Amino acid sequence: MTQTEAEPRQIYDPVIDTPPSYVREPEGIHPPLDSPGYKSTQLRHPKQPLVYLPQNITELTGPALGPAVILGELDHDLTRQHEGEPIGERMTISGRVFDTEGKPLRNTLVEIWQANACGRYRHRWDRFPAPLDPNFSGAGRCVTDAEGRYHFVTIKPGPYPWGNHYNAWRPAHIHFSLMGRAFAQRLVTQMYFPGDPLFPYDPIFNAVPDARARERLVSRFSMLTSQPDWALAYEWDVFLRGPGSTPFEEAL
Amino acid sequence: MIFPTTPSQTVGPYFAIGMPWPEGPHAVPPATAGAITIRGTIYDGRGEPIPDYLLETWQCDPAGRFADLWGFGGASELDGFRGFARAGQEDGDGSFEIVTLKPGALTMPSGAIAAPHIDVSVFARGMLHRVVTRWYFADEEDANAADPVLGRVPVERRATLLAEPVDGGYAIDIRLQGDGETVFFDL
Repeated sequence: MTQTEAEPRQIYDPVIDTPPSYVREPEGIHPPLDSPGYKSTQLRHPKQPLVYLPQNITELTGPALGPAVILGELDHDLTRQHEGEPIGERMTISGRVFDTEGKPLRNTLVEIWQANACGRYRHRWDRFPAPLDPNFSGAGRCVTDAEGRYHFVTIKPGPYPWGNHYNAWRPAHIHFSLMGRAFAQRLVTQMYFPGDPLFPYDPIFNAVPDARARERLVSRFSMLTSQPDWALAYEWDVFLRGPGSTPFEEAL
Repeated sequence: MIFPTTPSQTVGPYFAIGMPWPEGPHAVPPATAGAITIRGTIYDGRGEPIPDYLLETWQCDPAGRFADLWGFGGASELDGFRGFARAGQEDGDGSFEIVTLKPGALTMPSGAIAAPHIDVSVFARGMLHRVVTRWYFADEEDANAADPVLGRVPVERRATLLAEPVDGGYAIDIRLQGDGETVFFDL
C-alpha cells in the first residue's frame, strides 16, 4: 500500500451498516413474561410457545423518530418545563447507548418518564396521597449525539407504594424507552439508583433472573461529573442488541 | 456479543405522561390517498379489554420501501410516510386505531416473497418485556400461503395473525392469553 492510497472504509458503524441479523439473547437476561411475584403478569403473558421469527428487512429497519417527536430544546431538561423549578434533589443523568459490541448508537431517540420527588406521578391513576408538584411533568426526550450520548436534567424521583402485595414499594426509578436503530433493537426498561434499600423487596427488579444482569439496571453516582453548587450526577449506559453471527437468518 | 444487553422492564401504568403524542397513531398523514385504518381491541387472559397498553407498528410502504432511519433497502419516496405508529391508552376500553397504508410484498435475499405484513410490539403494565406479533391481511390469500414466516405458524393458529377487511380498512384483535391467543414471535 502506498501513502497516496485511500484509507480503507471505516470499521462497521452500527447505525449506517445494518447488520444481517441481531444477536439472539440467551435466557436469563430479560425477565420472563410469566413472573408470579409480579401479580399483573398473571393474565398478560402468552401461554402458547413463541414462534421463531427469522429476522429480515422489516426487523432490521427502524423509524426516524427524532424530528417527529422532538418538540423543543428543553425536552431534555425536566426542571425547566414550567414557570418555576420543581422541588427535589436536582440531578443530571447521562450516559451512552451502545450495541453489544460496544459500538455507540448515535441519532437514536431516548425517552424518559418518572415520578416527582415525593414518588407521585402526574397521572390520574396514581392515588398515592403525596403532593403533586405544579412545576414537574416528569417526561423528557432527547436524541443521542455522535458518540451515542444522551443527557437529561431532572430531579431524583421518590420511591412509591403500589398494590402488588402488602406494604409494597417500588425502588426509585426512571423509565427509559430506546428506539435503537431497528425494530429488533427496541427496548423499554427502568434505571435505578445505587444502594436502594428496596431492591430486595421489588418483584419487578428481581424478575430479572441473573444478579449481574440486574446490576446493569443500576446507575452509578459520579462525583467527577457532579457540578459544584448545582447538581449531583448519575451515569448509566445502555446496551442494545448487536450484530448476530448468522447472515440473513435461514436465508429467508 | 461482548457486552450483555440491558434487561427489559415493564412500561408500567404511567407511560402516558411521556410516550404517546397526538400524531403517534398515524404511520402516514390521514389525508394521504389510499390511507386505511387498522383497528381492534387488546384482551387479557380473562377476555377483558386491557385499559392500559402501548402499541407500536412498523412496516414498509405499498412499494415495499421503508422510511428507515438511514434508507436501508432503498428509502420510501412517499411524502409523509413514516411507517411507524405508536398508539396508547392509559385508562381506556382496550381499543386501538392506526392510520396507515397497506404495505407491499417484500422480496427476501433468497428470492422468497414475504406477504404484506406489519410488525407489532405490545407493551403494558404486567408485561416485563414487549411481545411481538405480525399483522397479515386476510384478503392476500395467495401471498399468505407462500409466506415463509406464516409457514412456521401452526395452521390452526394462523387466523390470529390475519386482519379482516372492514369498511375503511382492516380489523384485528390481540389476545394476550387464553382462547384464541394471538401468535407471538421470538425475535
